[in-house]
Amino acid sequence: MYTPFELEMPRSLAGALDALAAGRGAATVPLAGGTNLIVDLRAKRERPDRIIGLGEVAELRGMEVGEDRIAIGGATTVSDLLHSAGMAAAAPSLVESARLFAGLMVRNTATVAGNIACGSPAADLVPPLLSLDADVTLASAEAARTVPLDEYFLGYRRDVRRPDELITRISWPRLPGPCVNTFYKLARRKGDAITVTGVAVTIAAAGGVCSRARIALGAVAPVVLRAKEAESGLEGRALTPAIIESAAAAAAGAASPIDDVRASAAYRLHTVEALVRRLVSQAWERLA
Amino acid sequence: MSNERTIALRVNGRDERATVPAHRTLLEALREIGHREVKSGCEKGDCGACAVLLDGMAVDSCLTLAWTAEGKEVTTVLGLGDLDALHPVQEAFSEGGAAQCGYCTPGIIIAAKAILDENPDPSEDDIRVGLSGNLCRCTGYTKVFEAVREAAATLRATESGR
Repeated sequence: MYTPFELEMPRSLAGALDALAAGRGAATVPLAGGTNLIVDLRAKRERPDRIIGLGEVAELRGMEVGEDRIAIGGATTVSDLLHSAGMAAAAPSLVESARLFAGLMVRNTATVAGNIACGSPAADLVPPLLSLDADVTLASAEAARTVPLDEYFLGYRRDVRRPDELITRISWPRLPGPCVNTFYKLARRKGDAITVTGVAVTIAAAGGVCSRARIALGAVAPVVLRAKEAESGLEGRALTPAIIESAAAAAAGAASPIDDVRASAAYRLHTVEALVRRLVSQAWERLA
Repeated sequence: MSNERTIALRVNGRDERATVPAHRTLLEALREIGHREVKSGCEKGDCGACAVLLDGMAVDSCLTLAWTAEGKEVTTVLGLGDLDALHPVQEAFSEGGAAQCGYCTPGIIIAAKAILDENPDPSEDDIRVGLSGNLCRCTGYTKVFEAVREAAATLRATESGR
């Protein structure tokens, strides 16, 4: 049924990176959970000669919820996020999105790195990770580099990852003092559905003003993106309904949605504004 | 490019072999060696009809390459129990009429088993979230959810009776 390919299953990260380095370009692809790649192979959207399976690379999977920083290995699964004792407090938006992610079997195999690297604007873990100021570590056989997730995506399904690199690690600083971090997934139903509009919000308060605002939007532009004008309209101010209203309008201004089978562009713009208004208002009320 | 290989699979506690190329999915390999109880549905990871347990964890066998399952324990719905000795989840689905055409049922029972292995006393929401990757196109999910609750109660009673 598929175009045939070679399958290698290295047992170490070094082995996986060497195998990718030997691939010389896009004909060699890594396989993490396979929940996108196998579907793309079957549809013949991907026709690699060689696949490097990462399932035996234990070093890529795991979570550290530290005092200052939270770090997860690239091959950490969506279910792993739900089974970590400290993660719900360290990254509430991420755990909420993991809970609503696809179905049980997909959550059990889909990985965090895979969700980022697939480059889908509807990738549900990405708005939460953007709202947490996550960094992405990319490693090749030669070197490793760390880039802010905010600079990872170049355009629709285009990213900064080279074909010989793997996302080995995703990390972010612990949320500051009084802070609310939430994610709302708007979809036709709660489970097993592709997002119509996803919004992740971080609002921190200090000295009676909003000390940090992050607003990340999913499925409403060619890439998942932060609404930075909306964020800066909130920071340094005691939030009022009028201030929140203009931030919601600014967030809608940052979106450039399309019409598709799930929703119209107009509906998506409306829901960006409504969800940002709602999530920021609720966060500020909880902080008061 | 011919890269067939004979892989050793342990299915429902028995050693089996499948000779398959690298691009064969676990779903295809299992059905080729006679495990027709594993159903092929959407082949996209949406419907859950092909769910099996891989080392105790529910996965969509349509999204799993057969070679990557080598050396792991595969459990299909027939590995839980058979007609002479049904597993409490199977018993609850049968007694509660939680199947209509039955095509989705093997996958739903596998997911239900995985939910109860993790949490013997799941809330309504836990059951719904746990079964969100299983689609039934005949009817609704009311009797399915009832069967999972019933099975959970039976399993808890059995455990505490020991």
